[in-house]
Amino acid sequence: MTIKIDVDMSKCQHYGQCVFEAPNIFRLNNDDKLEYVAEADDSERANVEAAIDVCPMQAIFIVEK
Amino acid sequence: MTKPVVIVGASMGGLRAAEALRRFGYAGPITAIGEEPYAPYNRPPLSKEVLAKEVSHEAVAFAQRPATEDVNWILGTRAVSADLEHHTVTDSTGQVHPYSALIIATGLRPKRLQVNNSELAGRHAVRTLDDAIALRAELVPGARVVILGAGFIGCEVAATARKLGCDVTVVAPGIHPIVRPLGVELAREIQRRHEAEGVRFKMKTSVSDLIGETKISAVLLDTGEELACDVFIEAIGSDTNTEWLDGTGLDLSDGVLTDNAMRAVKTNGNVTEDVFAIGDVARFANPLFDGVARRVEHWNIPTDTAKRVGQVLAAKLNEAENWPAVLDETFAPMPSFWSDQFEMHILAFGLLALADEVKLIHGEIEGDCVFGYYRDSKMIGVCGIGLRSTVQGYRAQVGTQS
Repeated sequence: MTIKIDVDMSKCQHYGQCVFEAPNIFRLNNDDKLEYVAEADDSERANVEAAIDVCPMQAIFIVEK
Repeated sequence: MTKPVVIVGASMGGLRAAEALRRFGYAGPITAIGEEPYAPYNRPPLSKEVLAKEVSHEAVAFAQRPATEDVNWILGTRAVSADLEHHTVTDSTGQVHPYSALIIATGLRPKRLQVNNSELAGRHAVRTLDDAIALRAELVPGARVVILGAGFIGCEVAATARKLGCDVTVVAPGIHPIVRPLGVELAREIQRRHEAEGVRFKMKTSVSDLIGETKISAVLLDTGEELACDVFIEAIGSDTNTEWLDGTGLDLSDGVLTDNAMRAVKTNGNVTEDVFAIGDVARFANPLFDGVARRVEHWNIPTDTAKRVGQVLAAKLNEAENWPAVLDETFAPMPSFWSDQFEMHILAFGLLALADEVKLIHGEIEGDCVFGYYRDSKMIGVCGIGLRSTVQGYRAQVGTQS
């Protein structure tokens, strides 16, 4: 089982709050811009849910298939 | 019939508490009572992005999850009293809600200036969606905006109003904006950057009177100076919404005092078993720093405290075997906040206001920079303008536990 992760980059302001909730999925690169893994094992779901909670722009989504 | 968990306060903390209860395995009924007419929504954009665009509930509403679809939301209704002995909450319509557990999430309201002519039109605060809608309508190009208060909200609104083409003056008693948490050096630089964008500051003074017939036309400063004013915004801090808990015996000296499991504490020192407080209104000691109970008005606190309550309360209500272990876990959330003002992207971790020493540790003050905040030579906070990755790199060092 995998989950699909989507970030609305028109909303994302690169605050990086998600990084600490799901470090395997989200990171800020050298230019302080968000990078993320778009597909991950279902075991990451709880972490991604936590990242969704703390996103100040509410820009993170799990795409349910 | 099983009595519900009653959450009073239907903002982010209330929503996150309901979600956390479900996530930790509580399947029983949940009632959430909220004074505002809106389902839970995201407040930070109200002083920034949303204020600069079209303001609507749709733009800021939190996505609702399937797990909390059956929560009984009672909106547009205020809790007026609680009876901890009989385990009930009474709302403004007179309805009495029995509870199995009570979660206090009533948050804050803006402090308002006490002056003559206080009924004049043109006064604004920035806390709720309705506040932002009312303010947005008046932030037109050329409008003369006076903002009282130079904290984060005051500065964010100043930047937003300026970007919308308003004529903006910030009035505040401090020496520089946001000086109390950030320290003089960084605060002075933030003022400089605001001034470079055309914001005026009247520091070390306050507003003593409002002038106008039906609508504000000017404000009078303590110095005797009069500032022409179309839009007056009060950003002078907050009061806790705890009056409805008067007479319950809870310690309400500044918000609701709680223990490390977010259980409300009475003035006699007794810890309640079934009353919890979360978010801006909760005052608790954070072992990350020391044993002093504080309210922390930072972004992550409602979510983190709601999760703690969800974990503790679900274990209790489910009579879980791990209940004592859950209670004994140490809850030490890292305060986290950010602020956008013009091209400044400020990111911080920790409790900066506790510092006895502030040092520039990366970059240059005129550009992107990071400051370290120390108490007794131990880092208790970090704050940067830009350089977010660098700021994040210091997060693990913040606090006295490491």
